[in-house]
Amino acid sequence: MDLNKKYTPQSWPDHPETATMEGKNKFVGFWLLLAAETVTFASLFATYLALKDKGPSGMEFAASNLFELPLVFAMTMILLTSSLTSVYAMYHMKNHNFKAMQAWLGITVLLGAAFLGLEIYEFNHYVHLGFGYTHSAFSAAFYTLVGTHGAHVLFGLSWFIALMVRNSKRGLNMYNAPKFYLVSLYWHFIDVVWVFIFTVVYLMGVIG
Amino acid sequence: MSSIAQKKGFGAAMWDYLTTVDHKKIAHLYLASGGIFFLIGGIEAMLIRIQLMKAGNDFLSAGTYNEVLTMHGTTMIFLAAMPILLAFMNAIMPLQIGARDVAFPFLNSLGFWLFFFGGVFLNLSWFLGGAPDAGWTNYASLAIASEGHGIDFYALGLTISGFGTLISGINFLVTIINMRAPGMTYMRMPLFTWTTFVASALILLAFPPLTVGVFFMVFDRMFGANFFDVTMGGNTIIWEHLFWIFGHPEVYILILPAFGIFSEIFAIFSRKRLFGYTALVFATILIGFYGFMVWAHHMFTVGLGPTANAVFALATMIIAVPTGVKIFNWLLTIWGGSISFTTPMMYAIGFIPSFVAGGVTGVMQAIAPLDYQLHDSYFIVAHFHYVIVGGVVLAILAATHLYWPKMFGTMLSEKLGKVTFWLFFIGFHLTFFIQHFLGLMGMPRRVYTFGADQGWDLFNAISSVGALFMALGVIILLVNIVMTSIKNERVSNDPWGDGRTLEWAIASPPPFYNFAQTPLVRGLDTFWIEKMEGNKEGMVYAEPLEEIHMPNGSFVPVVMSFGLFVASFGALYNMDGDKGWTIPVIIIGLVITFGSMLFRSLKDDLGFHISKEELLRDVKGGKSDGLK
Repeated sequence: MDLNKKYTPQSWPDHPETATMEGKNKFVGFWLLLAAETVTFASLFATYLALKDKGPSGMEFAASNLFELPLVFAMTMILLTSSLTSVYAMYHMKNHNFKAMQAWLGITVLLGAAFLGLEIYEFNHYVHLGFGYTHSAFSAAFYTLVGTHGAHVLFGLSWFIALMVRNSKRGLNMYNAPKFYLVSLYWHFIDVVWVFIFTVVYLMGVIG
Repeated sequence: MSSIAQKKGFGAAMWDYLTTVDHKKIAHLYLASGGIFFLIGGIEAMLIRIQLMKAGNDFLSAGTYNEVLTMHGTTMIFLAAMPILLAFMNAIMPLQIGARDVAFPFLNSLGFWLFFFGGVFLNLSWFLGGAPDAGWTNYASLAIASEGHGIDFYALGLTISGFGTLISGINFLVTIINMRAPGMTYMRMPLFTWTTFVASALILLAFPPLTVGVFFMVFDRMFGANFFDVTMGGNTIIWEHLFWIFGHPEVYILILPAFGIFSEIFAIFSRKRLFGYTALVFATILIGFYGFMVWAHHMFTVGLGPTANAVFALATMIIAVPTGVKIFNWLLTIWGGSISFTTPMMYAIGFIPSFVAGGVTGVMQAIAPLDYQLHDSYFIVAHFHYVIVGGVVLAILAATHLYWPKMFGTMLSEKLGKVTFWLFFIGFHLTFFIQHFLGLMGMPRRVYTFGADQGWDLFNAISSVGALFMALGVIILLVNIVMTSIKNERVSNDPWGDGRTLEWAIASPPPFYNFAQTPLVRGLDTFWIEKMEGNKEGMVYAEPLEEIHMPNGSFVPVVMSFGLFVASFGALYNMDGDKGWTIPVIIIGLVITFGSMLFRSLKDDLGFHISKEELLRDVKGGKSDGLK
């Protein structure tokens, strides 16, 4: 593959992410990885539902009196918006507009970081209430499920930043286009998982 | 390639294997390390049989016995059977579909090294304060109470090697989806490729629950989480569910490639097209599908209730149907064939009655009320050894003989091969058939000894003698390997003379770029079709001879896996809470791993090209494909 080949928006293929054999393989392989991730989160959700509100006898914490929706709603909106901005970035990637893609990716990263910051604040808040990781089976299941999602967000952010910095000077080519595409796919997956967390953990938790 | 490697000197050959991304060399690595773990697991099996040779034996203490039986099961499943099957998948599957290599050569190497370091980590437990002792199923109710670090070695070791297996699974799936040669439609794929495909899909969906369960175990022991602590609201049944949601598909991950190997053998040595190819493919997919619906039949006695037990009992019995379809297809493949009784064919024929016996006892256990009687007795031990040894291990031994010439360019001795077969086959039935009756007489599994007044002495003694036969068989196989390697008589493309699929159309061993020109596939058993039509080259080509793009070798997979190995030691000893060095070690290990991941991601690796001239030299020099 020739990295120095210069593309124009006209010569750039419609689907640069699958225009090469390497890209095709990465595309299929990454969807399969997401299947494995889905099973991972399914196991975590099942465990959470089994251990929800379970703790030592006389435990004062329960999902219905612990979670507060306003903060979580703000987090949800921020993460959903970041998914939208990553779509804009991919739109510009497909049009071979590198600068616009980098700009939208930058906004995506900022929103993702804001989400992560709020999540850390939320965890910190619960820990100060006395609901630490070792408090009960409920707390372990909650922090492990939501924390695993948070770790994915952190990994996604690092991945975005690494790709943006690495390619900032040389722009888009057929070698890095699949990489940008995959990280945005990953970002959507993280977003979908959060929608389930918001529903299963927080909404269903507050309802009781 | 191996002869060239030897000329380069030991250090260079070593470096070659440490950095290789070639699927054929990775196959060698899997076979060698899986083979060594198989020997370790075999020694552990012998220790068990020596201990149970007579009543009230004190050869092993009760605690050591628990460690030995746990490590025997864990080693054999995770570190021997699966890697050896991965060796054959790596060596043969890309050739069968006419691919240049697997889809992700780098990840292929990473998968191997993760498995390798995970396996080494697990086995280091013997020297560092005791091995895991809660059985290969590691039930949480038992495991969280276990003292020492054995369970932590189990949890961390399996996490690392599990990542490796997951990566291999994804790799094979993408390879089969994307890299098939022109004309190789799904319904022309050889059965071994099909079973690799379905087994890889099972790996993809079955390993994550195990990883999650093992993480819960680590979090409970390391960070004081309470997933399995009942007094804190935890629930140990969660482990059993997660483990068996992985564990039952795992059985099919092992047996499906074995079915694939036997399907190849029956067709080759009956000199007939597989009977009912379509039905075999369909049965493979069905078995893979049902494999996820039956996990709770391992938990009938937990008390999930009559509804759950009934549903899982029925689902389990249904699996016998596609499996039966397969058995009949194989029998009808042999029927009327021109059979040659080579060593692989002997294993294949021996496999049918052995595996049917294992399957029938499986259906017996599917009947939940009967399972209450059989549960945790030697009947279960007999059953799963009939399936795993009578199915998987026979397939591994058969494939070793069948594919040895393709992997190493020289045949194993047929004479010694048959000696191994008879010793192993007789020893296997001698050891395990009688254990059915020990189970019905009430002998519990996983208990280190029994009393003289219980009437189990004779049968146990017979069983131990059988194990000796199996050990002798394996020793003769090793002698066979050493002797034929020293003789090193080179063989041609199709050493068995009756090869049907593409891997037999290429030199043994194949050049590192596989087919110089991608073959064109004109039907099922494509090499057979070309031979029957008198094509001397053995295949037609889909493209003119052009330069070939190849991936670069890389040392990064070793470093990346080693980082996790280091971090695991830190995590393990961090649980003691009294050592200052553990947190830095975790950090160093993770920095190594994620640092090399970043390095891999940021450094362009575009591979290299083999020029047309070089390829032409190889083809003319007879190093490449074409019948000689």
